[in-house]
Amino acid sequence: MTANLQALARRVKPGQCVALPVDYAGVSMAMTRPLIEHGAGDLHLVCVPTGGLQVDQLIGSGLVRRVETSAISLGEAGGAPRFNQAVREGRIELRDATCPAIHAGLLAAQKGVPFIPMRGLIGSDLLARRDDWKLTENPFSDQPDPIVLIPAITPDIAIFHAPMADMQGNVWIGRRRELAAMAYAATETLVTVERIVEHSLLADETTAAGTLPALYVTDIAVAPRGAWPYGLWGKYGTDTSELIRYAKAARSEDGFAEYMSRAEVPA
Amino acid sequence: MSVALPREILICTIARLLDGVRSVAVGASSPIPAAGAMLRRAMDEGQRRVRLSILGSVEHNFFTNGSVELFDSAGQGRLDAFFLGGGQIDGQANVNLVGTGEYPQSDVRWPGSFGSAYLYFTVPRVILFREEHSPRVFVDKVDFISAPGVSPPGVYRPGGPVALLTGKGLFSFDRTRPGFRLESIHPGHDLDEIEAATGFGFDHTGAPPTTIPPDAAALSLLRGRVLDELEETYPAFAADWRRDLAGATAKEVSA
Repeated sequence: MTANLQALARRVKPGQCVALPVDYAGVSMAMTRPLIEHGAGDLHLVCVPTGGLQVDQLIGSGLVRRVETSAISLGEAGGAPRFNQAVREGRIELRDATCPAIHAGLLAAQKGVPFIPMRGLIGSDLLARRDDWKLTENPFSDQPDPIVLIPAITPDIAIFHAPMADMQGNVWIGRRRELAAMAYAATETLVTVERIVEHSLLADETTAAGTLPALYVTDIAVAPRGAWPYGLWGKYGTDTSELIRYAKAARSEDGFAEYMSRAEVPA
Repeated sequence: MSVALPREILICTIARLLDGVRSVAVGASSPIPAAGAMLRRAMDEGQRRVRLSILGSVEHNFFTNGSVELFDSAGQGRLDAFFLGGGQIDGQANVNLVGTGEYPQSDVRWPGSFGSAYLYFTVPRVILFREEHSPRVFVDKVDFISAPGVSPPGVYRPGGPVALLTGKGLFSFDRTRPGFRLESIHPGHDLDEIEAATGFGFDHTGAPPTTIPPDAAALSLLRGRVLDELEETYPAFAADWRRDLAGATAKEVSA
């Protein structure tokens, strides 16, 4: 069931809601350029629960209408330059969140319920600015006990990178359970992997516990070092110098275009 | 061993603020809090187990349920301490991680609120840490409240701020007043300078003491084990620190 990256990218349609993982969990950077070449725009990105390089590049390429996120940065390389400029110019719609609210929204979708209640948030401008979050009273309490309800987040597509998949389309995600949370919530899930293994990941209990079943996986493509310049847990580290190179280049629109036109993944 | 670098004084102060914790978590882009928590764990070894979770680390992260587990454990009261920064922090300990000016079209946009709007409510010992101590950071009133410092009665709030550590000094926070009190001043700084650099009022004695510098044992743990442990998650910070240490040693040799 493996496809190529371009075929995966073509599944994304304009206007869709796309969930992308936090920088350390397994970002499918290998999909970024195919997505840009495919050109499906007007996207609503959901960062699970924060975003970085991939989100910045999709914004810089003009494909993003709205971002729901708890944060966007390049980590040690600093702020996300294309995101920051788009915010300044008012070119993207922001849905500022906090990490557990994004998890709560995905969990609601996973369970097929309309919302999940969540502590915290009261008195924050996040809550004040989110008309889709509702403040209510705990119906089980005798005392006043205000609590916030977070509506389900149901992405059309989730995209991530993982170490391996098997021939049946099961994907090993180890303890990066946010990848499973994204896939459970999303209608479709596209995965890139370092490699395909011959044996079934479900046959061995050691790998079965950390395996996302093929039920939740729409399509898979092989992309060695597919998280680069991000790292992939247990496999390779983050290429911080490359992130810094990007951060410098993408300060200007021209620098960003120049960076994106270069060949990628070093051998 | 050379005298403590400013960042080493900050790290050791954080380790002191973590005295007695059973579990501590460190969020994104926080090398100094991460090092402070690692130092606490190293100092307590053999006496008390300190469970430490560093976001972005593989080696120093015991969670197995993805990034939601930190929040779930905090919501249950399993997490004793956490750190928050802020592009702006005001005298009520409100934290702004979003940006300056009008929202959403901020003049300066920062990464975002991360888990602050939840962890500030649920973690009993939140340590505010911001190295830059200037009037643009410590303002009278933040432009955007990512997470409020205090909550009205009736709002579920077992957690909140206990201290604010900056590049110039250490403050405690009184939730009942509410407000900050200057507890100590780092070597090389003084009260007038701190007052000029702080956009909100705070309590203090006539002559606040100097922040306690690390002793030789702490420095040795810091420059050995902690620096090695930190390198996995914060390679650039660790390299910079090593350069500063090499520079300090070279200066001593030539002196």
